[in-house]
Amino acid sequence: MSLLRRQTWRFDRPVYLASTGTTVGPLEARGPLSGNFDKEYASLDCGEKSWPEAEKALMRRAVAFCLAKAGKKEGDMDLFLAGDLMDQTVTSNFIARENRIPFLGLFGACSTSMETLAAGAQLVDSGYAENVLCAVSSHNATAERQFRYPTEYGGPTKLTQTFTVTGAGATIVTREPGKVRVTEATIGRVIDWGIKDASNMGSAMAPAAADTIWTHFQDTGRKPEDYDLIVTGDLSSVGSPILKQLLIEKGLDITKVHQDCGLMIYSPDQPVNAGGSGCACSAVVTYGYLYKRLAEGSLRRVLVVATGALLNSATPKQKDTIPCIAHGVVLESVKEDGR
Amino acid sequence: MIFLYAFLIGGAICVVGQLLMDVFKLTPAHVVASFVVIGAVLDVFGIYDRLIAFAGAGATVPITSFGHSILHGAMAEGHEHGYLGIAIGIFKLTSAGITSAILFGFLIALFFRPKG
Amino acid sequence: MLNDPKNYSESIKPFQPEVPYLMNCVKAFLVGGLISLIGQLIQTFYVHFFHFSNQEAGNPTVATLILIASLLTGFGIYDKIARVAGAGSIVPVTGFANSITSAALEHKNEGIVLGIATNLFSLAGEVIVFGVVSAAVLGMIRLFIEQIF
Repeated sequence: MSLLRRQTWRFDRPVYLASTGTTVGPLEARGPLSGNFDKEYASLDCGEKSWPEAEKALMRRAVAFCLAKAGKKEGDMDLFLAGDLMDQTVTSNFIARENRIPFLGLFGACSTSMETLAAGAQLVDSGYAENVLCAVSSHNATAERQFRYPTEYGGPTKLTQTFTVTGAGATIVTREPGKVRVTEATIGRVIDWGIKDASNMGSAMAPAAADTIWTHFQDTGRKPEDYDLIVTGDLSSVGSPILKQLLIEKGLDITKVHQDCGLMIYSPDQPVNAGGSGCACSAVVTYGYLYKRLAEGSLRRVLVVATGALLNSATPKQKDTIPCIAHGVVLESVKEDGR
Repeated sequence: MIFLYAFLIGGAICVVGQLLMDVFKLTPAHVVASFVVIGAVLDVFGIYDRLIAFAGAGATVPITSFGHSILHGAMAEGHEHGYLGIAIGIFKLTSAGITSAILFGFLIALFFRPKG
Repeated sequence: MLNDPKNYSESIKPFQPEVPYLMNCVKAFLVGGLISLIGQLIQTFYVHFFHFSNQEAGNPTVATLILIASLLTGFGIYDKIARVAGAGSIVPVTGFANSITSAALEHKNEGIVLGIATNLFSLAGEVIVFGVVSAAVLGMIRLFIEQIF
């Protein structure tokens, strides 16, 4: 591995994604990316008796699909890196209790998807692990309860508010050659530009995404044209234009290649206000849709920048502002490499 | 006529709540708390009673009437027993509302599941 | 210039979606008015068929509305109405019932005692607190003034 300046890791020895597994809830299954996921649940409770159990089922199934597709067992995994949005990341902890893989729990709010992938790729590259299983999950109802109101409470929603994606995504990072390579990762800094409104995460997180993307281009010396796609995690319809404007002001125009997972996963007529959010938002889009397109070679190089708001339900009431972070990971199609 | 007035006044009180949320960025909890206090304040001068006489359920259904009834009950006992009477009478008129809310809330939670 | 952390909250204003003030008010008015109208119908029903006086009918009316709102919450309908209605479904007493029932339902899987019972008032407690405190303060002031004159 080589360190480019301060924040970007370049994995010199090839690191691959062996496979991916994704599960989503009913609303995501009716969205435009339907068909790209391994399991699309018809009901929000995923056949379980409570919301926390449903979220566990989502992650359990995503991991199972991922392992099965790679033809591997839990025992083949050297490390399990996982995170979610629940208190003390319990979903991940409880899945780790079941699969008994050596476990590191990570939390970066909705950026956890790329946090686990970056850390996993780093550990494989440095030789501390051969196969690393990375997984994240989020569930609309558990997140509502964690950060907002009870699910049946009739509170009004704001237009800037995002809708937590119900789903889970898992992938195996390995040295064995696969169809998609992880080539770089840019670790973000915590950025807080003073937004207090917890129902306006897009605005709060846009500067963090801009900082990570700007740093990534500085570190790698690349240009936006070198990427087929730069996707952000959950900036939504409010944060995405702000991000583009922030970067244009600094002389970096990503308008042509930028998309947001939160806007890709739902269609505009679905009742999600500003768009999707949550760990699973960037995870299911990346491991479901983007992985498929990278594997077939219709996308060659993609930068996934997962954004996270590092608050809990008490900090906005304590009048604190929202610290935000974004981690970027570069995924490349191997087909292009071999040409 | 009382039906029309109930509709108009009940709707108008909700519009005030909506404006507090949209314009002054209050949370639903702040709106409800303010309305309870406002209801109690309006009772002091007998204004709320006149509103009830005029609009019926249009004034008794919004949560402002909770503040009004709680003070009303407190004052009725207060006039009989002095300051101690306030404590005796506070839940006198609101007892039915609070009891039914607790009872039905508890029973529904026992027999239903959240739908999401 | 957006790249200015100090003035960021101000400079992003052009990027924020416009709040549909008028439409929100119309919806709140219609739903809030409708709930009040239903309340009036129930009250009239109690007056005519159970021979309550108008004032006595207030209590059973409120209780009936609370029952309806609790049931709608249980069936998962109240939050769907509220998504449209905004304050129209929060301000009426039905919103009070919804906040109690939804909190209790949400914590059901933590048990009857620690889940349902302890969380019943997690949202609605403020109504009782502000009702009691404001009534106690205003009541004492009023008694004091009445005793002087």
